[in-house]
Amino acid sequence: MLGSKRRKEIPFVKHRKKFFIISLVMAAVGIALLVTIRLNLGIDFESGSRVEVSGDEPLTAEQVQEDFASIGEGYEPDDITLAGDNGQMAHARFIGALDQGEISEIQTYFIDNYGQEPNISTVSPQVGEELAMNALISVLIAAVGIIIYVTIRFQFLYALAAIVALFHDAFFIIVVFSALQLEVNVPFIAAVLTIVGYSINDTIVTFDRIRENMAKEEVSTFEQLSAVVDKSLNQTLGRSISTVLTVVFAAVSLYVFGGEAIRSFSFALIVGLIAGTYSSLFLAAQLWVSWKWKSIQKQQNKEAQKETEPTI
Amino acid sequence: MIKKSRIVIFFLIVLAIGGLMSQTALNTAKSINLGLDLQGGFEILYEVSNPDGEGEVTEETMQSTVSALDQRVNVLGVSEPNISIEGDNRVRVQLAGIDDQQQARELLATEADLSFRDIDDNVLLSGDDLQESGASVNFDQGNQPVVSVGLRDGDEFGRVTEQVIEEYPPPENLMVIWLDYEEGDSFMEESQKEDPKFLSAPSVNEPLYTDTVQIEGNFELEEAEFLAEILNSGSLPVELEEIYSNAVGASLGEEAMDQTIFAGFIGIGLIFAFMLFYYRFMGVISIISLTSYIYVVLVVFNWMQGVLTLPGLAALVLGVGMAVDANIITYERIKEELREGRSVISAFKLGTSRSFSTIVDANITTIIAAGVLFYYGTSSVQGFAVVLIVSILTSFLTAVLLTRFLLGLWVKSRIFNKKPRVFGIKERDIDARQ
Repeated sequence: MLGSKRRKEIPFVKHRKKFFIISLVMAAVGIALLVTIRLNLGIDFESGSRVEVSGDEPLTAEQVQEDFASIGEGYEPDDITLAGDNGQMAHARFIGALDQGEISEIQTYFIDNYGQEPNISTVSPQVGEELAMNALISVLIAAVGIIIYVTIRFQFLYALAAIVALFHDAFFIIVVFSALQLEVNVPFIAAVLTIVGYSINDTIVTFDRIRENMAKEEVSTFEQLSAVVDKSLNQTLGRSISTVLTVVFAAVSLYVFGGEAIRSFSFALIVGLIAGTYSSLFLAAQLWVSWKWKSIQKQQNKEAQKETEPTI
Repeated sequence: MIKKSRIVIFFLIVLAIGGLMSQTALNTAKSINLGLDLQGGFEILYEVSNPDGEGEVTEETMQSTVSALDQRVNVLGVSEPNISIEGDNRVRVQLAGIDDQQQARELLATEADLSFRDIDDNVLLSGDDLQESGASVNFDQGNQPVVSVGLRDGDEFGRVTEQVIEEYPPPENLMVIWLDYEEGDSFMEESQKEDPKFLSAPSVNEPLYTDTVQIEGNFELEEAEFLAEILNSGSLPVELEEIYSNAVGASLGEEAMDQTIFAGFIGIGLIFAFMLFYYRFMGVISIISLTSYIYVVLVVFNWMQGVLTLPGLAALVLGVGMAVDANIITYERIKEELREGRSVISAFKLGTSRSFSTIVDANITTIIAAGVLFYYGTSSVQGFAVVLIVSILTSFLTAVLLTRFLLGLWVKSRIFNKKPRVFGIKERDIDARQ
């Protein structure tokens, strides 16, 4: 085999059952988390208002609480979180929408006292929910489109495995956000969509090599099949690592230097990129091996039957 | 023999690309329209319903609502307002870079429906009786600003003033002027309040046959100007209910933008460093084609008059990733062929042609996903999809075609023949089969 002496090949397929178990356990944990502690839905998905105050000096929660109290009665935030590099920013959340008059009062107060206009978002959950539903439905339709294209260019089994990997990656980000109780907002949806795009790209590149190598070789035993897949994965490993590294560079620098507004967004990207690489190597290709082997066996049984039939 | 002409062509092309970019890049980047989340401003999503609350809102009504809102926004002097119809009965108004959010909110939400009523809230005159664009600001004897409105028919005003005098003896002979009277509002109640909802309630002592009426509401000059402008921009044919709003303070938006740009430069710098370190000479080619990629995406996006938002930026990051990926796939393939002992020229030919179908398949699959998101998606999802589609097409042009062409010039010049080190391959790693 080419290059096998020089470069040690990693036997991916041998360990595939372990990967399946890991993925299944993760999925179970994920579902459990989503059912129990659920997602920390941001203002985009929960009816209410959010006031983002920023001052020149670090703020404290008590101080912000007092500020709101001094505006008038009823301005009691349900939650205050500090943000920014030195905590000079504060997010105050109100359940229930503030009306126009209240927003004016808050804006006037903070412009007078902090010299900066606060960000105030008011939302009925309806719009955020619609956006999330819309994104979900669009991804489902896109999945059908991808299945059709990949089935034509490759084979149905490749398509199926690629889609499983795609949903694995999207699901993984959602679970991590649930576990860490990070706020889910509209940029989060954009991050999930980005990962969906990356995941499919990554999986297709890996599959492309498997397809190429499958065409070169006659495969009739499981050992042959797994050898082809291992070879393909090892050949594309350099590319997989290089690509994920470069994109991670971009995502990490957005995370570190990109400021508060896109921090959770870039975190979602980093998580998704890792999940995407994992799923291409350890999930999509391995699922394909298992399914392919079953279909080869079926084929062989049929042929065996055909051969034996006339003699009966 | 080394063909130097190809190398000369390479440098000429690089010079041309560099020259073009250095001349125009800054302007292009500056003229990109930034979304609210990146430059501050605010957006409101309104649900539109007919004033009587009955029946479906027609397409026509939606269009006229948009144009009425557009006129009002002009009053504010916002550059590039974005007012769009969403679904059947929603209008999204996006005002970027606006200073006075409170004023804008009031201006948009009002129906600008002026009415004259008696103290029992019966309509005497409505907005239909006003002259179009007939409102202006004047000053009364005490130099107080007042708003005068023109009426279509002076006789009509005389008739209703007579009616008030006949029906209501002093001190109830008042004519109450309302803006946006709503069912359930009552003069009796409001007049007890410190800050009543109606504009003013002058008493009528004699019939007035005039076609200009002055509204004295103890206005500040600004308030008076504001009222006159709303009245002139016309009333809304519908009721607007705010169902979503999002405000981003300008300074916070700017800060986010500056940081994001800085982070972007660092990220791209890291990618360049990695490519150089790992792919050596091919990394240099990548830097040229990636820089061109970013430039072309910005130019195309500008030309499409797209609005760049945070999700759009996300798609741009994905696009950079895919463009780099296209290079990496090709380079890895070339290295593989070199390791198998092929000559530099044939490794280049095989590597580029074999990686081509991989890249095409990966890109088409992603474009299918982006296309569906664009077609079925709304607002943010759509914005994401647009940038992604532009990015993929551009990355195909630059990362695939430009890279291949530039690298081809060097390879075909034969200067690298028998020098696989230039591509990051050590001689001892090469299979000595051939």
